[in-house]
Amino acid sequence: MNFNNYKTELFYDEYFLDNNTCREAVSLVVDKINRLEKGELLSRQKAAEKAFLNLGITFNVYSSKDGREKIFPFDIVPRVISSEEWQIIENGLKQRITALNLFIDDVYKGQKILKDKIIPEDVVCSSEAYRSICKELAPPKGIWCHVTGTDLIRGDDGQFYVLEDNLRCPSGISYVLEGRQVTKKTFPQLFESLKVRPIEDYPAHLFNMLNHISGKNSESPTVCVLTPGVYNSAYFEHSFLARQMGVELVEGRDLVVENKFVYMKTTKGLQRVDVLYRRIDDDFIDPKVFREDSLLGVPGIVDAYKAGNIALANAPGTGIADDKAIYSYVPEIIKYYLGEEPIIPNVPTYVCSDPKNLKYVINNIDRLVVKPVDGSGGYGMIIGPRSTKGQQKEFIEKIRANPRKYIAQPTISLSRVPVIARRKFEGRHVDLRPYIIYGEDIKVIPGGLTRVAFKKNSLVVNSSQGGGSKDTWVLSNGNYTGEENA
Amino acid sequence: MLSRVANSLYWLNRHIERAENIARVINANLNFILDSEIRKAEQWEPLIRVTGESARFFEKYREITKENVIQFLLFDEQYYSSILSCISMARENATTVREIINIEMWEQINKFYLLVKNCSHRRLSINSMSGFLEEIKNNCHVFFGIQDATLSRGESWHFGHLGQFIERADQTSRIIDIKYFHILPENIQVGSNYDILQWASVLKSASGFEMYTKKYKSIKPDKIIEFLIFDKEFPRSLNYCLREANNCLHAISASSTDSYANRPEQSLGALKSELAYSDINTIINIGLHEFFDSFQLKLIGINQDIYNKYFDIS
Repeated sequence: MNFNNYKTELFYDEYFLDNNTCREAVSLVVDKINRLEKGELLSRQKAAEKAFLNLGITFNVYSSKDGREKIFPFDIVPRVISSEEWQIIENGLKQRITALNLFIDDVYKGQKILKDKIIPEDVVCSSEAYRSICKELAPPKGIWCHVTGTDLIRGDDGQFYVLEDNLRCPSGISYVLEGRQVTKKTFPQLFESLKVRPIEDYPAHLFNMLNHISGKNSESPTVCVLTPGVYNSAYFEHSFLARQMGVELVEGRDLVVENKFVYMKTTKGLQRVDVLYRRIDDDFIDPKVFREDSLLGVPGIVDAYKAGNIALANAPGTGIADDKAIYSYVPEIIKYYLGEEPIIPNVPTYVCSDPKNLKYVINNIDRLVVKPVDGSGGYGMIIGPRSTKGQQKEFIEKIRANPRKYIAQPTISLSRVPVIARRKFEGRHVDLRPYIIYGEDIKVIPGGLTRVAFKKNSLVVNSSQGGGSKDTWVLSNGNYTGEENA
Repeated sequence: MLSRVANSLYWLNRHIERAENIARVINANLNFILDSEIRKAEQWEPLIRVTGESARFFEKYREITKENVIQFLLFDEQYYSSILSCISMARENATTVREIINIEMWEQINKFYLLVKNCSHRRLSINSMSGFLEEIKNNCHVFFGIQDATLSRGESWHFGHLGQFIERADQTSRIIDIKYFHILPENIQVGSNYDILQWASVLKSASGFEMYTKKYKSIKPDKIIEFLIFDKEFPRSLNYCLREANNCLHAISASSTDSYANRPEQSLGALKSELAYSDINTIINIGLHEFFDSFQLKLIGINQDIYNKYFDIS
């Protein structure tokens, strides 16, 4: 198998400038693969798939009939990002997270940004993710969004754009770390000669951050990962992270709040917990404060949080900053708090609650992507150019009924990367989710989750809808000594 | 350790131990029937009766045949103690404690589950059946081997080991009980070749044929019973299992084995002593089947005491 007949088909291809010329960053990879013996690449791909199956690297699909678990599709040919490109992404993400954290803090404290009319007040207060209870809360060290997984896409122009900010419980990092194990075994020499930047220290950074935010008086705090349980689609990841950090993985039913302290039920009785990396959404975390019908949460935990007896990552209320209507204001947010121009631009966004935008969206729905402001997983959205007139009409009714709930964006033709499709290479669309940890300082893990729309011509990269992943190799430049992630 | 995690480790081990025993019982019975002159379906009935789930069996299958019994014990997903059910529950248990056990243990269970699950769709011939049962047994051994070789002897290991030996005590008692349900065909006497074959099959079901023969040389029913109940060295005897389980309980509570510090230690200690101060004649006087019935009920009680003390502290 080689790249000789590979077609870029007019898309921005991250491997090839045109059908014959490969980009500099990938030239070694292309060379290596072209020189592999016949059948070798496919057998390495098979070995990788077997490794994933045996390790049980799977995700749960809620609607799947044949058992809940699916193997997460993985393509061994890495996506490569040059050190120059990465530097821009890293700076841009640090800038964005700093600004968003200041924004959340402001929204729940002085609301200066609303008083200065940078964002209309009702856009914030009408958001389903706005938690008025957070006005009384001050998270330790002023950090709200401890772990972020920002979705980036690359357009026809090769420019990276921010597509979504995921500030609640972004998932996927376990696939990144496990995928790296596999590609290291698959292309060891290539890995070494390209000086791919390491990512294995992610759990250590996560653990340091969790220690950093722990409350007043415990020197070695008890940290736990809180999971909704084994039926959650990201359970593998919750248990993976707990294992990597060497901490307990707890479910809501393992915890109890007494006198505003949080305890876990152990074989030796109740034991105090100081920090929770919680992978349960705000809505479900405390039935006494949020959804009463939640069986996953811990009654009274918000009281303990208010009293400063438990630290939560991420803090309750961060969802306000990844509301997709707020998203459209992030460039203004960055300017307002930091006095800087955004380094990574947004995708142009039409907030439907604005009557002018609403009219535009309705008239141009066949050319736009329309998404719910609080949605994820690629559900509840419409891709204009890929939908029928009937579907469009139906969707327009939904938008009209509740314009605040929707935003629209032009369809951006995502960049492509070659994947192994049967016995040849074909281009597939990808996005990128880098992970950012906000503790003592802000760390951006070099690389992240490259999600691939494995279905031909598909733009939907979500794992629940035929998406898979690739390892993302960020190359170090000549001067890179490894210090930054040592 | 989290109560929920302790519970999962305990049951993870119970399920794997159970699967191993069922595989051995079926395999021993396959061999026994090949050797015996009477190849009748009735020879499979004791395997169902000893589960205590005859009613459940007959809800689904019209009659006792080799195929039905094997299907029920091996692959029936509605029967909670079929091998497939055991392994998939063990895998669920392992999934909920993935961060506690190590990666090799998890991989072993996952591979094991995929093997059994894949075979459940195929019809197995007698030849491949025997090989398949061997494979199940070996996979269980590999699991326990990895656990013993890699898991620190802390609470995790002790709760797991406790589960394994409570289950093994229960299974060994049921294996001897199979003989009780075996009906000797007419005109065949106790002590005949046929009877000896049946007893040898009981020993093989408990993986004890060679260890027994080394010690006692010839097949004598009372010696076999004595061996499987009282032997101090054979790792599947009731005596041995209770001793191991008792040690685990005391290691967990860090208390001396001279006395008891909590309810499960009290009830398990009492059962252990009852055995220690009994002998084969007393048991034969009580009636073998009656003895095992009461033994199994007491184990259920101990299981409940462990649950109340460690797994459900709300």
